[in-house]
Amino acid sequence: MTAPGNTAGTEDVLDALAPGFADPVLDAQRCFRALLDAMARPGRVQRIAAPCGAPAPLGPAAAAALLTLTDAGTPVWLDAGAAVASWLRFHTGCPLAADPGAASFVLACGAPPPLAALDAGTEEEPHHSTTLILQVAGLAEGEGWRLTGPGIAREHRLAVQGLPSEFVATWAANRMRFPRGVDVILCAGDRLAALPRTVAIGEPA
Amino acid sequence: MGVLARASAAAITDQLQAVPELPAHIRLRGPETGLVMVRGRQGGDGAPFNLGEMTVTRCTVRLAGGQVGHAYVAGRDARQAELAAVLDAALQDPAWQGVLMTQVIAPLAKDQARRATQQARKAAATRVDFFTLATMR
Repeated sequence: MTAPGNTAGTEDVLDALAPGFADPVLDAQRCFRALLDAMARPGRVQRIAAPCGAPAPLGPAAAAALLTLTDAGTPVWLDAGAAVASWLRFHTGCPLAADPGAASFVLACGAPPPLAALDAGTEEEPHHSTTLILQVAGLAEGEGWRLTGPGIAREHRLAVQGLPSEFVATWAANRMRFPRGVDVILCAGDRLAALPRTVAIGEPA
Repeated sequence: MGVLARASAAAITDQLQAVPELPAHIRLRGPETGLVMVRGRQGGDGAPFNLGEMTVTRCTVRLAGGQVGHAYVAGRDARQAELAAVLDAALQDPAWQGVLMTQVIAPLAKDQARRATQQARKAAATRVDFFTLATMR
């Protein structure tokens, strides 16, 4: 599972180790609740109140989501550098995947890998798909995209800054594969919103 | 590290009275208590099997100087795990290593060796030599 190329050299980055959740049990439970709400109400922004000392470039929301969701059974692929990799390995013990397609969780701080390259699960077991944790520049409600789908009464407006321009088109392709598909958690600072595979993104008129 | 893992928190605190105050530290993880599976091998080289679970407390700290110390100790004594982790980190600092080895680790090791010998002597007093039965015939 662990690829030599992606494994952080532990000795030189151990000095940069930072603490995780202050209260590992309660903070992880609170964050899990926020993630559940985010998935149940697509596009609604949740605030993560539990601070943890994650190394740059990881923001508090993305760091909390990773601490909450990953463990020794979930391979993670990330593009955030050796300091983040060793911090995550230390706190969660998750293996690092060499290829985004082999990971259960993918963390993208820069340009995300194409959604089609990620594991979308199988028709029998669609829940085995990858969850993409995407760190973006900003999230704002009440403007931007028109989200529709399960969990949204009519439509929900969400504006996301810092996404590649082709994201909406690749998202439409991802949605066509239902029940297979990738779920996305958008994180900006201490705020996060989720895009489960069922949600449809409409461009603002 | 083995010496610290076997020493109680009270014993470590007693020895620390003799040295200046250790540098400040922050907790990176724990102290937290969990279970580890102890594995054994029959005869020392057979196929591994799960012997049973034991309670272990672990702690990781970082000193102001940047040294990271880890400790895993048997039992549920969080204070012992934290002290052992702080000492593990401080022992990596050349300025602290000498004084800690002579003032803390050496006395603890000596005390543990003394107790082990004492117990071995007590046990030796009850030893039964089964070969005597054969030779007495």
